[in-house]
Amino acid sequence: MPEGRIIRLVDDRARIVEDAWTLFEDGAAWSGEPSALIPVATALEQPQRLLAAAPAGVWLSPTDEPAQVVPLFASIELIAVRFPVLGDGRGYSTAALLRNRHGWRGELRAIGDVLRDQLFFMRRVGFDSFVLRADRNIEEAVASLSDFTDSYQGSVEPALPAFRRLDWSSTR
Amino acid sequence: MYRYTEFDQRMVDERVEQYRDQVARYLRGELTDDEFRPLRLRNGLYIQRHAPMLRLAIPYGLLSAHQMRMLAHVARTWDRGYGHFTTRQNIQFNWPRLEDSPDILQALATVQMHAIQTSGNCVRNITTDPMAGVAPDEQVDPRPYSELVRQWSTFHPEFSWLPRKFKIALTGASGVDRAATAMHDIGLYLRRDDTGAVVVDVLAGGGMGRTPVVGTIIRRDLPWQHVLSYCEAILRVYNRTGRRDNLHKARIKILLRSLGAEQFTREVDSEFAHLEGGPATVTEAELARIATGFEAPPYRRLTVDPDHLQGQLASHPGFARWHARNVSAHRVPGYAAVTLSLKRPGTAPGDLDAERMDAVAHLAEHFSFGGLRVTHEQNLVLADVAQQELFDLWSELRALGLATPNVGLLTDIVCCPGGDFCSLANAKSLPIAQAIQERFDEADYVHDLGDLTLNISGCINSCGHHHVGNIGILGVDKQGAEFYQITLGGDVGPEPASTRVGTVIGPSFSAGQVPDAIAAIVDRYVALRTPEERFIDTLLRAGLAPFKSAAYAVPGVAHAESESLEHA
Repeated sequence: MPEGRIIRLVDDRARIVEDAWTLFEDGAAWSGEPSALIPVATALEQPQRLLAAAPAGVWLSPTDEPAQVVPLFASIELIAVRFPVLGDGRGYSTAALLRNRHGWRGELRAIGDVLRDQLFFMRRVGFDSFVLRADRNIEEAVASLSDFTDSYQGSVEPALPAFRRLDWSSTR
Repeated sequence: MYRYTEFDQRMVDERVEQYRDQVARYLRGELTDDEFRPLRLRNGLYIQRHAPMLRLAIPYGLLSAHQMRMLAHVARTWDRGYGHFTTRQNIQFNWPRLEDSPDILQALATVQMHAIQTSGNCVRNITTDPMAGVAPDEQVDPRPYSELVRQWSTFHPEFSWLPRKFKIALTGASGVDRAATAMHDIGLYLRRDDTGAVVVDVLAGGGMGRTPVVGTIIRRDLPWQHVLSYCEAILRVYNRTGRRDNLHKARIKILLRSLGAEQFTREVDSEFAHLEGGPATVTEAELARIATGFEAPPYRRLTVDPDHLQGQLASHPGFARWHARNVSAHRVPGYAAVTLSLKRPGTAPGDLDAERMDAVAHLAEHFSFGGLRVTHEQNLVLADVAQQELFDLWSELRALGLATPNVGLLTDIVCCPGGDFCSLANAKSLPIAQAIQERFDEADYVHDLGDLTLNISGCINSCGHHHVGNIGILGVDKQGAEFYQITLGGDVGPEPASTRVGTVIGPSFSAGQVPDAIAAIVDRYVALRTPEERFIDTLLRAGLAPFKSAAYAVPGVAHAESESLEHA
């Protein structure tokens, strides 16, 4: 079933929007329905069906290698990265690699155990949509996307560290 | 020291607000205990036996007099009038209320202090040589590089939810390592190559804990500009492939061991190949900007008058003893670095009360350009004292009880808070430290023993760094009773190859037996040593056996031995 309301960055502004994608868990039967978010392994097994199912999306678990999605880039509109538990930080590296190394420019979504205190970090590694855990207040969570005005180190957003972006003499 | 820009200040201020909101949400029941735990931990707040414990960051151990006064204020206002300096160059307060913790942090932010990443599975406070910038043996001042790494690792979006805690240390000294660099997840050895350029030998996979490991140098001669990119490569390999299924196997040392150093290095290097020369490459301008915070204080041109000092030493044996142990050489003629021992008999190692914090702040301003450092041995350093003022400083320190002449001696015990405070501990550690202090109350004897490190940890988390003590003591729990394992031969050498983890000598001892066992070990050293040998030298020459037999010959110990063998 569709996710319901999610947070999406539109022109860098956070919006709460209705979402039409349907998540297919591992092992769930997918018979080519469109607007399906399917496991990356399923997508790799059925490239032709994926092409026909537009719009299509894949999701990665923490152990899935992001490089394997690259051949699918042309057939998909959405990549989601799953955070099985709050403390599992592998998905942050997955996102940073998809954006900075593999050049994914489409929508990148955080799913799973997504709570508001992770949102600032998730935004910085390149996520631009967030499916907050269903039991949480999505309106309040949006505020955490801007917990901090700026950052020291480069990542995806922004890519450059502060010392390459700012004129320190004017910030003293 | 590094002075915050508006940029730095805003980040700390925003962190206070973020944390205040997290605490409020927790108190309103909007965050469960499990959800709040990682949030409070990465802000240094533990839930302890009696009250929460709040650990504050002292980046690479550097503290101003002004900041020390704020610590005194925190101790008086929100705690019970004292704080505990830790083996990670931080300070902990043992009695704050959770509800007050946002206000404490707000107060600290006014003096450019915080509790960011002092716990949790993230990059922790950066540590370095407390003699940085003043030691004559220094090749490279590690402080600007430490600040670079501090900034890079602060709220790093990709590496804030690691498999386990992650500790980075830097050293720039040669022939000595005052930061135990080899025992860190990443150790950065700064030195100069033949052309005078700063290069870095990068170590990975060191750590204490359940599986103590001396780290491995995985990259030599890395140009300093790449230090952040290389750290990024290591952290990315660790974040992606470090184990997350078992808390005890999640440190990077286990990953390095399971892959093998060669394979691990290959993976890091292939990651670094993507990052080399990228945005994280440090610019000359940025290093220079940060380095201005660490410029030398306005030293006076001092005439060195050895006769005057010799006269003072000759006529005041107490001053002479203190001078021999607590005063170190300085690169600037006429100056010295002074270590304030926080190991006064009768007080817990590393503890300092608010009155003394204020007094130390005053002394720092009067004698040492307002600067202070915290050592990983839980002492304080006034790094820039004019030699001609040493006697006056000593007199003032003596009045405060901060002139105990035992730096580097047996009674300079490094000790975690242990079971009296810490909910992780298996056993109490402070009473053991006190019992050993009392057993060795003869200053002449302790002085004669010379260099000897003794470290006590209340549990295998090893906050007391017992693995690298010449004598290490570890509290263990045996069916609800507290026992103590003794290790011998730990040592922090100038490089990984000469850094050693101690060996457990055998079954554990009861609390009452520990001082006698230590005394027997030390007596055996006195009997075996040659005139030039330190304790560790004799131990390495003679081997464990004679020390072990001495320890287990102590009356009453045989019982513990047979008992623990039954449980083995």
